[in-house]
Amino acid sequence: MKEVKSSIKKVDGYGLVSGKPVYTDDLAPKNSLVVKILRSPHAFAKIKNIDTTKAEQLDGVECILTYKNVPRNIFTRAGQGYPEPSPYDKYILDEYVRYVGDEVAVVAARDEYTAEKALELLEVEYEILEPVLDFEKSKGSKSIIHPEKDYQSESFVSSDPKNNIAATYEMSIGDIEKEIENSDVVVKDRFYTQAQAHVMMEPHAAYSYMDMQGRLVVVTSTQVPFHVRRILARALGLPIKKIRVIKPRVGGGFGGKQAIHGEPYVALVTLKTGKPAKVYYTRKEVFESTYTRHPMRFDVTIGADKDGRIKVIDVRGLSDTGAYGEHALTTFMVAGSKVLPMYNKVKAVRFGGDVVYTNHPPAGAFRGYGAIQANFAIESAMDMLAYKLNMDPVKLREINMIRENETSPIFKIMGEGREGVDMIVRSCKLDECVEKGAKKIDWENKFKTKKEGKKVKGVGMAIAMQGSGIAKIDMGAATLKLNEDGSFNLLIGATDIGTGSDTILSQIAAEVLNVPTENIIPYSSDTDVTPFDVGAYASSTTYVSGNAVRKAAEKMKEEIIKAGAEYFEVPVEEVEFDGKEIKTKDNKITLQKLAEILYYNENQKQLSATGSYVGEESPPPFMAGYAEVEVDIETGKIDLLNYVAVVDCGTPINPNLAKVQVEGGLAQGIGMAMYEEVKYDKNGRLLTNNLLNYKIPSRVDIKNLEVELVDSYEPTGPFGAKSVGEIGIDTPPAAIANAIYNAVGVRIKDLPITPEKVLKALKNK
Amino acid sequence: MKIALTINNVKKEVEISPSEFLLDVLRRLDYMSVKKGCDTGTCGVCTVLMDGKPVLSCSVLAASADGHEITTIEGLSEDPEFKAISNALLEEGADQCGFCSPGLILNVYAMKKELKNPSEEDMKKYLVGNLCRCTGYVPQMRAIKKYFEVKA
Ligand code: FES
Ligand code: FES
Repeated sequence: MKEVKSSIKKVDGYGLVSGKPVYTDDLAPKNSLVVKILRSPHAFAKIKNIDTTKAEQLDGVECILTYKNVPRNIFTRAGQGYPEPSPYDKYILDEYVRYVGDEVAVVAARDEYTAEKALELLEVEYEILEPVLDFEKSKGSKSIIHPEKDYQSESFVSSDPKNNIAATYEMSIGDIEKEIENSDVVVKDRFYTQAQAHVMMEPHAAYSYMDMQGRLVVVTSTQVPFHVRRILARALGLPIKKIRVIKPRVGGGFGGKQAIHGEPYVALVTLKTGKPAKVYYTRKEVFESTYTRHPMRFDVTIGADKDGRIKVIDVRGLSDTGAYGEHALTTFMVAGSKVLPMYNKVKAVRFGGDVVYTNHPPAGAFRGYGAIQANFAIESAMDMLAYKLNMDPVKLREINMIRENETSPIFKIMGEGREGVDMIVRSCKLDECVEKGAKKIDWENKFKTKKEGKKVKGVGMAIAMQGSGIAKIDMGAATLKLNEDGSFNLLIGATDIGTGSDTILSQIAAEVLNVPTENIIPYSSDTDVTPFDVGAYASSTTYVSGNAVRKAAEKMKEEIIKAGAEYFEVPVEEVEFDGKEIKTKDNKITLQKLAEILYYNENQKQLSATGSYVGEESPPPFMAGYAEVEVDIETGKIDLLNYVAVVDCGTPINPNLAKVQVEGGLAQGIGMAMYEEVKYDKNGRLLTNNLLNYKIPSRVDIKNLEVELVDSYEPTGPFGAKSVGEIGIDTPPAAIANAIYNAVGVRIKDLPITPEKVLKALKNK
Repeated sequence: MKIALTINNVKKEVEISPSEFLLDVLRRLDYMSVKKGCDTGTCGVCTVLMDGKPVLSCSVLAASADGHEITTIEGLSEDPEFKAISNALLEEGADQCGFCSPGLILNVYAMKKELKNPSEEDMKKYLVGNLCRCTGYVPQMRAIKKYFEVKA
């Protein structure tokens, strides 16, 4: 292996660091109309009237959209597979507004100044309705957030809008009650996780124009160009073939760009005016008017025998999807399906609950979605069990966790929105991750040390698993095209959002073809030009799109050999291609020469090959996370001294980029565990709507992260690779909570873990 | 109103409105390396050098830049220091989405001129205003330390 398993530099890296104009807003035509959106000041209201006359008269205003003059097609903004697992509960503009920040009207003007002025001149009359601001009181509340008649969901989604329920899910294996009764030790507790904001550095941006064939072109900072095209077609009532979606470089996504945001508004402005239009969200809009992680509540019951063998896990969840049900069902199911199989030796397991609407900004996709929430609850409860059993928490995991060549019945029962697929985990070095991590953090000594003084240190750990793409639902495809100089264009629908996937996919193609990666020229993604791919989410790119690239490259190799055989007039069996030359026993020709001949001289034809792939299974990456904290018992202040992460992501295609994925994920997980706190005022207005009030970790907050990748090989992955995008985020909340407990004996059960909460708990101890 | 700016060593007369920020003027003039990430001067992606010192161009009124020298990353493309910093970042894979990179690099560039033998803590403090959501900062620090040839 030359090209894979090698930490080469990113193919687009130099362009990025030298500030080339490559992001959406950098590329927007200079004469674009500037689109601005008027947003609701109320958490829940009905618009009685909007008077646009004054704004229309303003010089430079070209178009104003309200619920009265836009298509009324109900849709979901969530960029997921099809049929869509999220309820249809959103219009481009509606007469109801359902959270502070919801869209009321849209103006397009010659410049930003005029657009803002026009917003001020819009006169809106609202009938204020009673909002639902507490997700624990939403179900069956007398305020119904989605009273619209054409609310719909697919038959496999059980939503009940009359009771504010976007989705419900229940599963159960074995006799829960009996196993609890027969357990020697039982822990039972309630945990909460908060909304978390993605805070990708590039805000949401999009622009649109009409091409010369009268088709709508939308250029957008998105993770899911093909889903965007499909959703736009539905929302706008246009055939898919009339729309082209192009994704330039994306300045971070983390799931935050896995839905449509400003796209329908610029598109409509362009359709109505015939002119290019662009939108660039302010940071305030990103916070208030895009979406967050789903806040969740979990009631966890775990029973075990006195030797620490877990017999039963029972999890009841409640998830807050906010005003719209984007990813409502799937996030919730993943909370079960990406955590519970880790403890595959249980006799009984149950998972279920509701996903409810509230009048908060919507929740949606966010790295590790569902998994990180449930991981916090279950991995905290595991430690509580260990303490009750008087057992080392590491030992408890070792006794119960999944191992290589094992399976869990949950894989088949729970997928993402639908049934899952049966699978055996063929690569699982979780045991090695646990062992290595324990050594690195010096668990043996640090766990047992007697804790004294005003500043107390402690260690804690958690384990996690994710998946690699969504099995049997999500597919990716890739096309390779040989150029006359022997280089290859790699056209991929996969979406590099800063992960380095363009590089990784190029490496995979290069490895198969045995050519240097620099001879592969990747292009992603453009719905007119690149083959279909569901996009960057569910940790799918390396595994799903990577397998597609591998297949395309294998086909390309065959094509080259076939062309060589024709050229030398020998059977294909006698031809070899080593990456440079096409050879027979007595003859050889360079790839470059053959390409030249093929395109200019003899047997003239274009060589190209397409591969597509859908995962038959979704092999999980695994991780053990160890946190060392120091808690000041006088102030409650927590210092995260060190975080050790040992990860099994199969064989990394590019070890550097894989490592950085884990490091970036960890920092976000640490943010969720300790810093990132979403606050509302009593009317449901987001108080943490800027980077001053919503604190993501800064350079000084992240002290020491140690990431190690263990050697593993996933036979179904390209060159042994599994995914690595999400796994890094999962363990910090529980590991840090467990470390704090181990240091000072207080257990914080709601995130984020702030000094105030620790201090209060210490006082009540 | 008209102001005089020297941008990347080129003198320019620029028509601006009194309320315009330097960031918007620079982007209007096609210096697209200068990014906008927030509304409150807190993310650092809009960093440029004004007379060699890093400033947040989203918080500097264009009018107050009158007569000053502005450097954006476009102006450093041939500079060996720029090449060394960016190469270190590329080698560590610390250029993820890249949106924070130009701002960070300009700040590292200025830090090298300003601080003699900074410790890791000094560096972190100097660069604390440059947020990054992709890398977790650690690979960036690895690269920057390498560039400074500071032993960890
Ligand atoms: S744009 Fe965020 S600090 Fe200037
Ligand atoms: S690399 Fe994406 S924000 Fe820093």
